[in-house]
Amino acid sequence: MIALAIVVGAARAGGDSSSSPAPQRLSETGLYAELSSGRIAPGVLPFEPQYPLWTDGAAKSRWIELPAGTTIDASNVNRWVFPVGTKLWKEFAFDGRRIETRLLWRASSEEWVFATYVWDEAQTEAYLAPAEGIRNHYQIRGTDPYSIPSEPDCRACHESGGTPVLGFNALQLSDDRDPLAPHAKPLDGSSMTLTRLDRLGLLAPRPQDLIDNAPRIYARSPRERAVLGYLSANCGSCHNETGPLASLGLYLQHVPTSLGWERAPGYSTAVNVAGDYVTPGLSPVESRRVAPGIPEASAIVYRMSSRRPASQMPPLGTAVVDEEALDLIRSWIAEDLGEGRRTLRAAANGH
Amino acid sequence: MKQQLMVMTVIVAVVATAALGQPGKPHSEQKTPVERGAYLVKAMGCNDCHTPWMMGEHGPEPDMTRALTGHPEGLVMPPPPELPEGPWIWMGGATNTAFAGPWGVSFAANLTPDPATGTGKWTEKQFVDTLRTGRHLGIGRPILPPMPWSMIGSLNDEDLKAIYAYLQSLAPVKNKVPQPVEPKAKN
Repeated sequence: MIALAIVVGAARAGGDSSSSPAPQRLSETGLYAELSSGRIAPGVLPFEPQYPLWTDGAAKSRWIELPAGTTIDASNVNRWVFPVGTKLWKEFAFDGRRIETRLLWRASSEEWVFATYVWDEAQTEAYLAPAEGIRNHYQIRGTDPYSIPSEPDCRACHESGGTPVLGFNALQLSDDRDPLAPHAKPLDGSSMTLTRLDRLGLLAPRPQDLIDNAPRIYARSPRERAVLGYLSANCGSCHNETGPLASLGLYLQHVPTSLGWERAPGYSTAVNVAGDYVTPGLSPVESRRVAPGIPEASAIVYRMSSRRPASQMPPLGTAVVDEEALDLIRSWIAEDLGEGRRTLRAAANGH
Repeated sequence: MKQQLMVMTVIVAVVATAALGQPGKPHSEQKTPVERGAYLVKAMGCNDCHTPWMMGEHGPEPDMTRALTGHPEGLVMPPPPELPEGPWIWMGGATNTAFAGPWGVSFAANLTPDPATGTGKWTEKQFVDTLRTGRHLGIGRPILPPMPWSMIGSLNDEDLKAIYAYLQSLAPVKNKVPQPVEPKAKN
Protein backbone atom coordinates (compact mmCIF):
# COMPACT_ATOMS: atom_id res chain seq x y z
CA MET A 1 0.00 0.00 0.00
CA ILE A 2 2.90 2.36 0.67
CA ALA A 3 4.11 1.75 -2.82
CA LEU A 4 0.74 2.57 -4.25
CA ALA A 5 0.44 5.72 -2.15
CA ILE A 6 3.85 6.97 -3.21
CA VAL A 7 3.37 6.19 -6.81
CA VAL A 8 -0.13 7.19 -7.67
CA GLY A 9 0.98 10.77 -7.80
CA ALA A 10 0.77 14.04 -5.97
CA ALA A 11 -2.52 14.29 -4.16
CA ARG A 12 -4.21 17.52 -4.95
CA ALA A 13 -6.50 18.54 -2.15
CA GLY A 14 -9.64 20.52 -2.74
CA GLY A 15 -11.52 19.59 -5.89
CA ASP A 16 -12.71 22.17 -8.36
CA SER A 17 -15.42 21.14 -10.75
CA SER A 18 -16.79 24.61 -11.37
CA SER A 19 -15.06 25.07 -14.71
CA SER A 20 -16.49 21.97 -16.38
CA PRO A 21 -19.24 22.41 -18.99
CA ALA A 22 -20.98 19.39 -17.48
CA PRO A 23 -23.89 20.03 -15.10
CA GLN A 24 -23.15 19.85 -11.40
CA ARG A 25 -25.75 17.15 -10.71
CA LEU A 26 -26.50 13.87 -12.44
CA SER A 27 -30.22 14.68 -12.33
CA GLU A 28 -29.46 17.60 -14.67
CA THR A 29 -27.78 15.52 -17.36
CA GLY A 30 -30.92 14.07 -18.90
CA LEU A 31 -30.44 10.41 -17.95
CA TYR A 32 -33.41 10.16 -15.60
CA ALA A 33 -37.03 11.12 -16.05
CA GLU A 34 -37.10 10.90 -12.27
CA LEU A 35 -33.88 10.15 -10.44
CA SER A 36 -35.51 9.24 -7.13
CA SER A 37 -37.41 6.35 -8.70
CA GLY A 38 -34.63 5.46 -11.11
CA ARG A 39 -36.96 5.91 -14.08
CA ILE A 40 -34.84 6.49 -17.18
CA ALA A 41 -35.81 9.34 -19.51
CA PRO A 42 -37.63 8.40 -22.72
CA GLY A 43 -35.30 8.18 -25.69
CA VAL A 44 -32.39 7.06 -23.55
CA LEU A 45 -31.40 3.59 -24.78
CA PRO A 46 -29.76 0.88 -22.65
CA PHE A 47 -27.00 -1.28 -24.06
CA GLU A 48 -24.59 -4.05 -23.01
CA PRO A 49 -21.30 -4.55 -24.83
CA GLN A 50 -20.70 -8.26 -25.40
CA TYR A 51 -17.14 -7.93 -24.05
CA PRO A 52 -17.48 -5.71 -20.97
CA LEU A 53 -14.53 -3.91 -19.41
CA TRP A 54 -13.33 -5.37 -16.10
CA THR A 55 -13.72 -2.94 -13.23
CA ASP A 56 -13.15 -5.03 -10.15
CA GLY A 57 -16.52 -6.74 -10.37
CA ALA A 58 -18.61 -3.56 -10.43
CA ALA A 59 -22.18 -4.02 -11.64
CA LYS A 60 -22.59 -1.76 -14.63
CA SER A 61 -25.47 -0.19 -16.50
CA ARG A 62 -24.98 1.74 -19.70
CA TRP A 63 -27.11 4.09 -21.73
CA ILE A 64 -26.88 6.22 -24.84
CA GLU A 65 -28.95 9.12 -26.07
CA LEU A 66 -28.80 10.59 -29.54
CA PRO A 67 -30.42 13.98 -30.12
CA ALA A 68 -33.85 13.63 -31.72
CA GLY A 69 -33.72 13.07 -35.46
CA THR A 70 -29.99 12.33 -35.59
CA THR A 71 -28.22 9.17 -36.65
CA ILE A 72 -24.87 7.54 -36.15
CA ASP A 73 -22.63 7.73 -39.21
CA ALA A 74 -21.89 4.05 -39.71
CA SER A 75 -20.09 4.30 -43.04
CA ASN A 76 -16.81 3.13 -41.50
CA VAL A 77 -17.57 -0.11 -39.70
CA ASN A 78 -14.42 0.28 -37.61
CA ARG A 79 -15.20 3.80 -36.51
CA TRP A 80 -18.71 5.05 -36.04
CA VAL A 81 -19.12 8.80 -35.86
CA PHE A 82 -21.62 10.10 -33.32
CA PRO A 83 -23.68 13.27 -33.80
CA VAL A 84 -23.06 16.39 -31.75
CA GLY A 85 -25.14 16.15 -28.61
CA THR A 86 -24.63 12.39 -28.12
CA LYS A 87 -24.50 11.38 -24.47
CA LEU A 88 -23.39 8.11 -22.95
CA TRP A 89 -23.67 7.19 -19.28
CA LYS A 90 -22.16 4.32 -17.36
CA GLU A 91 -23.15 3.49 -13.80
CA PHE A 92 -20.86 1.57 -11.45
CA ALA A 93 -22.29 -0.19 -8.41
CA PHE A 94 -20.99 -2.61 -5.77
CA ASP A 95 -23.29 -4.75 -3.63
CA GLY A 96 -26.36 -2.85 -4.74
CA ARG A 97 -24.87 0.53 -3.92
CA ARG A 98 -24.35 3.00 -6.78
CA ILE A 99 -20.89 4.58 -6.54
CA GLU A 100 -20.53 6.67 -9.67
CA THR A 101 -22.12 7.39 -13.01
CA ARG A 102 -19.80 8.54 -15.77
CA LEU A 103 -20.85 10.82 -18.60
CA LEU A 104 -19.31 11.02 -22.05
CA TRP A 105 -20.89 13.85 -24.00
CA ARG A 106 -20.19 15.19 -27.46
CA ALA A 107 -20.83 18.79 -26.53
CA SER A 108 -19.66 20.19 -29.88
CA SER A 109 -17.98 19.00 -33.03
CA GLU A 110 -14.60 19.74 -31.41
CA GLU A 111 -15.24 18.68 -27.86
CA TRP A 112 -16.14 15.52 -25.98
CA VAL A 113 -16.80 16.23 -22.32
CA PHE A 114 -15.64 13.70 -19.72
CA ALA A 115 -17.37 13.92 -16.36
CA THR A 116 -18.29 11.65 -13.53
CA TYR A 117 -20.88 11.91 -10.81
CA VAL A 118 -20.41 10.51 -7.34
CA TRP A 119 -23.50 9.14 -5.59
CA ASP A 120 -24.36 10.18 -2.08
CA GLU A 121 -24.92 7.55 0.60
CA ALA A 122 -28.68 7.99 0.51
CA GLN A 123 -28.62 7.32 -3.26
CA THR A 124 -30.77 10.36 -3.92
CA GLU A 125 -28.36 12.32 -6.14
CA ALA A 126 -24.89 12.19 -7.64
CA TYR A 127 -22.58 15.18 -7.80
CA LEU A 128 -19.96 16.16 -10.34
CA ALA A 129 -16.55 14.95 -9.18
CA PRO A 130 -13.49 17.20 -9.29
CA ALA A 131 -11.35 16.93 -12.41
CA GLU A 132 -8.56 15.27 -10.44
CA GLY A 133 -10.87 12.46 -9.30
CA ILE A 134 -11.11 11.10 -5.78
CA ARG A 135 -8.53 8.56 -4.70
CA ASN A 136 -9.66 5.65 -2.52
CA HIS A 137 -13.24 6.90 -2.50
CA TYR A 138 -14.75 3.52 -1.66
CA GLN A 139 -13.59 0.22 -0.22
CA ILE A 140 -14.67 -2.69 -2.39
CA ARG A 141 -15.72 -5.56 -0.09
CA GLY A 142 -14.03 -3.64 2.70
CA THR A 143 -10.53 -4.22 1.39
CA ASP A 144 -9.74 -2.98 -2.08
CA PRO A 145 -9.53 0.71 -2.96
CA TYR A 146 -11.88 2.05 -5.60
CA SER A 147 -10.93 5.45 -6.94
CA ILE A 148 -13.00 7.89 -8.94
CA PRO A 149 -10.90 8.55 -12.04
CA SER A 150 -9.41 11.92 -12.91
CA GLU A 151 -10.10 13.52 -16.25
CA PRO A 152 -6.60 12.60 -17.53
CA ASP A 153 -7.42 9.02 -16.50
CA CYS A 154 -10.55 9.14 -18.67
CA ARG A 155 -8.59 10.54 -21.58
CA ALA A 156 -5.83 7.95 -21.23
CA CYS A 157 -8.13 5.26 -22.65
CA HIS A 158 -10.86 7.29 -24.33
CA GLU A 159 -8.49 9.36 -26.43
CA SER A 160 -6.27 6.48 -27.51
CA GLY A 161 -8.77 4.13 -29.08
CA GLY A 162 -9.56 5.95 -32.30
CA THR A 163 -12.95 7.12 -31.06
CA PRO A 164 -13.91 8.27 -27.57
CA VAL A 165 -16.83 5.81 -27.56
CA LEU A 166 -15.28 2.47 -26.66
CA GLY A 167 -18.14 0.12 -25.78
CA PHE A 168 -20.72 1.04 -28.42
CA ASN A 169 -19.64 -0.27 -31.80
CA ALA A 170 -20.44 -2.93 -34.36
CA LEU A 171 -18.56 -5.76 -32.66
CA GLN A 172 -19.69 -4.93 -29.12
CA LEU A 173 -23.35 -4.73 -30.18
CA SER A 174 -23.32 -7.63 -32.59
CA ASP A 175 -26.32 -9.94 -32.42
CA ASP A 176 -23.89 -12.85 -32.58
CA ARG A 177 -22.89 -12.66 -28.94
CA ASP A 178 -19.98 -14.64 -27.56
CA PRO A 179 -21.28 -17.11 -24.93
CA LEU A 180 -17.84 -17.41 -23.33
CA ALA A 181 -17.16 -13.68 -22.94
CA PRO A 182 -16.04 -13.12 -19.32
CA HIS A 183 -18.52 -11.23 -17.13
CA ALA A 184 -21.08 -10.85 -19.89
CA LYS A 185 -24.62 -10.02 -18.82
CA PRO A 186 -27.44 -11.72 -20.67
CA LEU A 187 -29.29 -9.36 -22.97
CA ASP A 188 -32.79 -8.31 -22.08
CA GLY A 189 -35.47 -7.18 -24.48
CA SER A 190 -34.62 -3.52 -24.34
CA SER A 191 -30.81 -3.56 -24.78
CA MET A 192 -29.57 -2.20 -28.07
CA THR A 193 -28.02 -4.52 -30.58
CA LEU A 194 -27.05 -3.87 -34.19
CA THR A 195 -30.39 -5.09 -35.53
CA ARG A 196 -32.40 -3.14 -32.96
CA LEU A 197 -30.46 0.04 -33.76
CA ASP A 198 -31.10 -0.62 -37.42
CA ARG A 199 -34.84 -1.09 -36.84
CA LEU A 200 -34.93 2.24 -35.05
CA GLY A 201 -33.25 3.78 -38.08
CA LEU A 202 -30.32 5.04 -36.02
CA LEU A 203 -27.50 3.84 -38.28
CA ALA A 204 -26.82 5.64 -41.54
CA PRO A 205 -25.93 4.44 -44.04
CA ARG A 206 -27.59 1.15 -43.12
CA PRO A 207 -24.72 -1.32 -42.67
CA GLN A 208 -26.51 -4.07 -44.59
CA ASP A 209 -23.55 -6.46 -44.60
CA LEU A 210 -23.28 -6.24 -40.81
CA ILE A 211 -26.99 -6.86 -40.42
CA ASP A 212 -26.73 -9.88 -42.69
CA ASN A 213 -23.48 -11.17 -41.20
CA ALA A 214 -23.31 -10.21 -37.56
CA PRO A 215 -19.71 -9.31 -36.69
CA ARG A 216 -17.76 -11.84 -34.71
CA ILE A 217 -14.13 -12.51 -33.97
CA TYR A 218 -12.96 -15.36 -36.15
CA ALA A 219 -10.81 -17.70 -34.11
CA ARG A 220 -9.82 -21.33 -34.12
CA SER A 221 -11.82 -22.17 -31.02
CA PRO A 222 -14.63 -20.67 -28.92
CA ARG A 223 -12.14 -20.06 -26.14
CA GLU A 224 -9.78 -18.18 -28.42
CA ARG A 225 -12.66 -16.06 -29.64
CA ALA A 226 -13.51 -15.09 -26.06
CA VAL A 227 -9.87 -14.33 -25.24
CA LEU A 228 -9.35 -12.07 -28.25
CA GLY A 229 -12.62 -10.29 -27.48
CA TYR A 230 -11.65 -9.76 -23.86
CA LEU A 231 -8.23 -8.41 -24.83
CA SER A 232 -9.76 -6.12 -27.41
CA ALA A 233 -12.20 -4.58 -24.95
CA ASN A 234 -9.85 -4.37 -21.98
CA CYS A 235 -6.58 -3.54 -23.67
CA GLY A 236 -7.29 -2.46 -27.23
CA SER A 237 -8.17 1.13 -26.44
CA CYS A 238 -4.47 1.74 -25.73
CA HIS A 239 -2.84 -1.17 -27.52
CA ASN A 240 -3.79 -0.48 -31.11
CA GLU A 241 -2.26 0.55 -34.42
CA THR A 242 -3.57 4.07 -34.62
CA GLY A 243 -3.20 5.57 -31.16
CA PRO A 244 -0.26 6.95 -29.15
CA LEU A 245 1.11 3.49 -28.35
CA ALA A 246 1.27 2.33 -31.96
CA SER A 247 5.07 2.25 -31.78
CA LEU A 248 4.91 -0.54 -29.20
CA GLY A 249 3.66 -2.86 -31.93
CA LEU A 250 1.19 -4.69 -29.68
CA TYR A 251 -2.22 -4.49 -31.33
CA LEU A 252 -4.96 -6.01 -29.24
CA GLN A 253 -7.83 -3.92 -30.60
CA HIS A 254 -9.87 -6.22 -32.78
CA VAL A 255 -10.64 -4.81 -36.17
CA PRO A 256 -14.02 -6.11 -37.35
CA THR A 257 -12.93 -6.20 -40.94
CA SER A 258 -10.08 -8.60 -40.31
CA LEU A 259 -11.04 -12.06 -41.40
CA GLY A 260 -9.40 -15.20 -40.20
CA TRP A 261 -7.60 -15.82 -36.96
CA GLU A 262 -4.13 -15.45 -38.35
CA ARG A 263 -4.88 -11.92 -39.37
CA ALA A 264 -6.39 -10.94 -36.06
CA PRO A 265 -3.88 -8.39 -34.81
CA GLY A 266 -4.34 -9.56 -31.23
CA TYR A 267 -2.93 -12.88 -32.31
CA SER A 268 -0.16 -11.90 -34.68
CA THR A 269 1.39 -9.19 -32.52
CA ALA A 270 1.29 -11.14 -29.26
CA VAL A 271 1.61 -14.91 -29.73
CA ASN A 272 5.25 -15.94 -29.74
CA VAL A 273 6.30 -12.30 -30.01
CA ALA A 274 8.90 -10.96 -27.59
CA GLY A 275 8.02 -7.47 -26.40
CA ASP A 276 10.15 -4.95 -24.54
CA TYR A 277 8.78 -6.16 -21.22
CA VAL A 278 10.50 -9.32 -19.95
CA THR A 279 8.55 -11.57 -17.61
CA PRO A 280 10.47 -11.32 -14.31
CA GLY A 281 12.52 -14.40 -13.62
CA LEU A 282 12.99 -15.21 -17.30
CA SER A 283 15.61 -14.24 -19.81
CA PRO A 284 14.61 -12.06 -22.79
CA VAL A 285 15.01 -15.17 -24.96
CA GLU A 286 12.39 -17.14 -23.00
CA SER A 287 9.89 -14.36 -22.37
CA ARG A 288 7.09 -13.64 -24.83
CA ARG A 289 4.01 -11.47 -24.76
CA VAL A 290 2.12 -14.76 -25.13
CA ALA A 291 4.36 -17.82 -24.91
CA PRO A 292 2.57 -20.71 -26.66
CA GLY A 293 1.93 -23.49 -24.19
CA ILE A 294 3.59 -21.65 -21.29
CA PRO A 295 1.31 -19.26 -19.40
CA GLU A 296 3.98 -18.57 -16.78
CA ALA A 297 6.38 -17.26 -19.42
CA SER A 298 3.73 -14.97 -20.90
CA ALA A 299 4.22 -11.30 -20.08
CA ILE A 300 0.51 -10.62 -20.59
CA VAL A 301 -0.41 -13.18 -17.91
CA TYR A 302 2.23 -11.86 -15.53
CA ARG A 303 1.12 -8.27 -15.89
CA MET A 304 -2.59 -9.03 -15.72
CA SER A 305 -1.95 -10.94 -12.49
CA SER A 306 -0.19 -7.98 -10.93
CA ARG A 307 -1.53 -4.97 -9.10
CA ARG A 308 1.94 -3.50 -8.49
CA PRO A 309 2.48 -0.12 -10.09
CA ALA A 310 5.58 -1.15 -12.05
CA SER A 311 3.90 -4.06 -13.77
CA GLN A 312 0.10 -4.07 -13.50
CA MET A 313 -1.96 -4.18 -16.66
CA PRO A 314 -4.22 -2.40 -17.30
CA PRO A 315 -2.24 0.39 -15.64
CA LEU A 316 -5.33 2.19 -14.38
CA GLY A 317 -8.99 1.63 -13.61
CA THR A 318 -8.61 -1.57 -11.63
CA ALA A 319 -7.29 -2.57 -8.22
CA VAL A 320 -8.42 -6.21 -8.25
CA VAL A 321 -7.10 -8.92 -10.55
CA ASP A 322 -9.64 -10.43 -12.97
CA GLU A 323 -9.24 -14.07 -12.00
CA GLU A 324 -11.97 -15.36 -14.30
CA ALA A 325 -10.40 -13.80 -17.36
CA LEU A 326 -6.93 -14.94 -16.31
CA ASP A 327 -8.13 -18.53 -15.98
CA LEU A 328 -9.53 -18.34 -19.49
CA ILE A 329 -6.35 -16.84 -20.89
CA ARG A 330 -4.08 -19.28 -19.08
CA SER A 331 -6.00 -22.28 -20.39
CA TRP A 332 -6.01 -20.79 -23.89
CA ILE A 333 -2.24 -20.44 -23.77
CA ALA A 334 -1.64 -23.85 -22.19
CA GLU A 335 -4.09 -25.88 -24.25
CA ASP A 336 -5.06 -24.08 -27.45
CA LEU A 337 -1.53 -22.85 -28.08
CA GLY A 338 0.14 -25.86 -26.47
CA GLU A 339 1.59 -27.32 -29.62
CA GLY A 340 3.73 -24.22 -29.92
CA ARG A 341 5.61 -25.22 -26.78
CA ARG A 342 8.05 -27.40 -28.65
CA THR A 343 8.90 -24.59 -31.04
CA LEU A 344 9.54 -22.17 -28.17
CA ARG A 345 11.83 -24.58 -26.32
CA ALA A 346 13.78 -25.16 -29.51
CA ALA A 347 14.20 -21.43 -30.00
CA ALA A 348 15.41 -21.00 -26.43
CA ASN A 349 17.97 -23.74 -27.04
CA GLY A 350 19.28 -21.95 -30.07
CA HIS A 351 17.81 -24.13 -32.80
CA MET B 1 58.59 21.81 -5.14
CA LYS B 2 57.60 25.18 -6.49
CA GLN B 3 56.01 23.44 -9.51
CA GLN B 4 54.06 21.07 -7.23
CA LEU B 5 52.84 24.01 -5.23
CA MET B 6 51.73 25.75 -8.40
CA VAL B 7 49.92 22.65 -9.58
CA MET B 8 48.20 22.33 -6.22
CA THR B 9 47.15 25.97 -6.37
CA VAL B 10 45.70 25.52 -9.84
CA ILE B 11 43.85 22.39 -8.78
CA VAL B 12 42.41 24.09 -5.74
CA ALA B 13 41.40 27.08 -7.86
CA VAL B 14 39.72 24.84 -10.44
CA VAL B 15 37.90 22.88 -7.75
CA ALA B 16 36.86 26.06 -6.01
CA THR B 17 35.52 27.51 -9.26
CA ALA B 18 33.77 24.28 -10.17
CA ALA B 19 32.00 24.36 -6.85
CA LEU B 20 30.36 27.69 -7.65
CA GLY B 21 27.08 27.80 -9.59
CA GLN B 22 27.61 28.73 -13.23
CA PRO B 23 24.81 31.14 -14.10
CA GLY B 24 23.05 30.64 -17.41
CA LYS B 25 22.23 33.29 -19.95
CA PRO B 26 19.32 35.66 -19.33
CA HIS B 27 16.03 34.55 -20.93
CA SER B 28 16.24 37.27 -23.54
CA GLU B 29 19.46 35.72 -24.83
CA GLN B 30 18.08 32.17 -25.10
CA LYS B 31 17.27 32.38 -28.77
CA THR B 32 15.92 28.92 -29.54
CA PRO B 33 13.85 26.27 -27.76
CA VAL B 34 16.91 24.00 -27.79
CA GLU B 35 18.94 26.64 -25.96
CA ARG B 36 16.20 27.17 -23.45
CA GLY B 37 15.83 23.42 -23.04
CA ALA B 38 19.56 23.02 -22.40
CA TYR B 39 19.35 25.70 -19.73
CA LEU B 40 16.35 24.05 -18.05
CA VAL B 41 17.90 20.59 -18.12
CA LYS B 42 21.01 21.98 -16.48
CA ALA B 43 19.14 24.09 -13.94
CA MET B 44 16.64 21.41 -12.97
CA GLY B 45 19.28 18.78 -12.32
CA CYS B 46 18.28 16.09 -14.79
CA ASN B 47 21.89 14.99 -14.94
CA ASP B 48 21.85 14.32 -11.21
CA CYS B 49 19.98 11.06 -11.80
CA HIS B 50 19.93 10.48 -15.54
CA THR B 51 23.71 10.63 -15.93
CA PRO B 52 25.66 7.93 -14.10
CA TRP B 53 27.92 9.34 -11.41
CA MET B 54 31.52 8.30 -11.02
CA MET B 55 34.48 9.07 -8.82
CA GLY B 56 36.41 11.72 -10.70
CA GLU B 57 39.73 13.35 -9.94
CA HIS B 58 38.07 15.89 -7.73
CA GLY B 59 35.45 13.68 -6.17
CA PRO B 60 32.07 12.34 -7.27
CA GLU B 61 30.74 13.86 -10.46
CA PRO B 62 28.39 12.93 -13.30
CA ASP B 63 30.16 11.15 -16.14
CA MET B 64 29.28 13.62 -18.86
CA THR B 65 30.60 11.26 -21.57
CA ARG B 66 27.39 9.33 -20.79
CA ALA B 67 25.20 12.36 -20.27
CA LEU B 68 21.46 11.64 -19.88
CA THR B 69 21.85 8.01 -20.96
CA GLY B 70 20.34 6.68 -17.75
CA HIS B 71 21.37 3.63 -15.77
CA PRO B 72 24.23 1.87 -17.58
CA GLU B 73 22.96 -1.33 -19.18
CA GLY B 74 26.09 -3.23 -18.22
CA LEU B 75 25.75 -2.43 -14.54
CA VAL B 76 23.68 -5.26 -13.10
CA MET B 77 22.54 -4.30 -9.63
CA PRO B 78 22.36 -7.01 -6.96
CA PRO B 79 19.14 -7.20 -4.95
CA PRO B 80 19.00 -4.24 -2.59
CA PRO B 81 19.81 -4.89 1.07
CA GLU B 82 16.90 -5.29 3.47
CA LEU B 83 16.51 -2.24 5.65
CA PRO B 84 15.53 -2.72 9.30
CA GLU B 85 12.19 -1.38 10.50
CA GLY B 86 12.48 2.35 11.00
CA PRO B 87 12.41 5.69 9.21
CA TRP B 88 15.04 4.84 6.59
CA ILE B 89 13.03 3.34 3.72
CA TRP B 90 14.90 3.84 0.51
CA MET B 91 18.41 3.78 -0.90
CA GLY B 92 20.28 4.68 -4.06
CA GLY B 93 23.12 3.12 -6.02
CA ALA B 94 26.57 4.67 -6.27
CA THR B 95 25.90 5.82 -9.84
CA ASN B 96 22.75 7.54 -8.57
CA THR B 97 20.80 5.90 -11.40
CA ALA B 98 19.24 3.00 -9.45
CA PHE B 99 16.83 3.50 -6.57
CA ALA B 100 15.35 0.93 -4.22
CA GLY B 101 12.38 1.46 -1.94
CA PRO B 102 8.88 0.21 -1.22
CA TRP B 103 8.14 0.46 -4.96
CA GLY B 104 10.86 -2.04 -5.82
CA VAL B 105 13.86 -0.88 -7.82
CA SER B 106 13.60 1.86 -10.41
CA PHE B 107 16.23 2.95 -12.91
CA ALA B 108 16.77 6.35 -14.49
CA ALA B 109 15.69 6.32 -18.12
CA ASN B 110 17.80 6.98 -21.19
CA LEU B 111 16.71 10.44 -22.28
CA THR B 112 18.77 10.54 -25.48
CA PRO B 113 16.73 10.11 -28.67
CA ASP B 114 17.81 6.55 -29.45
CA PRO B 115 14.73 4.95 -31.07
CA ALA B 116 15.15 1.54 -29.47
CA THR B 117 16.45 2.35 -25.98
CA GLY B 118 15.75 6.06 -25.49
CA THR B 119 13.18 8.69 -26.38
CA GLY B 120 13.64 8.56 -30.15
CA LYS B 121 10.06 7.42 -30.80
CA TRP B 122 8.46 9.74 -28.29
CA THR B 123 6.33 12.57 -29.63
CA GLU B 124 6.32 15.99 -28.02
CA LYS B 125 2.78 15.32 -26.79
CA GLN B 126 3.79 12.05 -25.15
CA PHE B 127 6.69 13.79 -23.42
CA VAL B 128 4.54 16.64 -22.12
CA ASP B 129 1.69 14.28 -21.12
CA THR B 130 4.10 12.02 -19.24
CA LEU B 131 5.31 14.86 -17.08
CA ARG B 132 1.84 16.26 -16.55
CA THR B 133 0.13 12.95 -15.63
CA GLY B 134 2.99 10.90 -14.17
CA ARG B 135 2.11 8.09 -16.56
CA HIS B 136 4.49 6.49 -19.01
CA LEU B 137 3.87 7.95 -22.47
CA GLY B 138 1.11 9.95 -20.82
CA ILE B 139 -1.30 7.03 -20.53
CA GLY B 140 0.53 3.97 -19.25
CA ARG B 141 2.07 2.68 -16.05
CA PRO B 142 2.92 5.18 -13.30
CA ILE B 143 6.36 6.80 -13.39
CA LEU B 144 8.09 5.41 -10.31
CA PRO B 145 9.83 7.29 -7.52
CA PRO B 146 12.08 9.12 -7.09
CA MET B 147 11.37 10.80 -10.46
CA PRO B 148 9.93 14.23 -9.52
CA TRP B 149 7.59 14.30 -12.49
CA SER B 150 5.01 16.61 -10.93
CA MET B 151 7.63 19.24 -10.27
CA ILE B 152 8.76 19.18 -13.88
CA GLY B 153 5.13 18.90 -14.96
CA SER B 154 4.48 22.24 -13.32
CA LEU B 155 6.56 23.98 -15.99
CA ASN B 156 4.57 25.78 -18.65
CA ASP B 157 4.00 24.25 -22.11
CA GLU B 158 6.73 26.35 -23.71
CA ASP B 159 9.33 25.17 -21.21
CA LEU B 160 8.36 21.50 -21.38
CA LYS B 161 8.49 21.62 -25.15
CA ALA B 162 11.89 23.30 -24.96
CA ILE B 163 13.20 20.45 -22.81
CA TYR B 164 11.81 17.99 -25.36
CA ALA B 165 13.46 19.89 -28.20
CA TYR B 166 16.81 19.89 -26.41
CA LEU B 167 16.64 16.17 -25.62
CA GLN B 168 15.75 15.37 -29.21
CA SER B 169 18.74 17.41 -30.39
CA LEU B 170 21.23 15.22 -28.54
CA ALA B 171 23.13 12.43 -30.24
CA PRO B 172 21.20 9.18 -29.76
CA VAL B 173 23.05 6.76 -27.49
CA LYS B 174 22.17 3.11 -27.33
CA ASN B 175 21.77 2.13 -23.68
CA LYS B 176 19.04 -0.28 -22.66
CA VAL B 177 18.08 0.65 -19.12
CA PRO B 178 16.68 -2.33 -17.16
CA GLN B 179 12.94 -2.48 -16.53
CA PRO B 180 11.88 -1.82 -12.91
CA VAL B 181 12.21 -4.65 -10.42
CA GLU B 182 9.16 -5.64 -8.41
CA PRO B 183 9.17 -5.18 -4.63
CA LYS B 184 9.58 -8.34 -2.63
CA ALA B 185 6.54 -7.78 -0.43
CA LYS B 186 3.18 -9.44 -1.05
CA ASN B 187 0.57 -7.77 -3.27
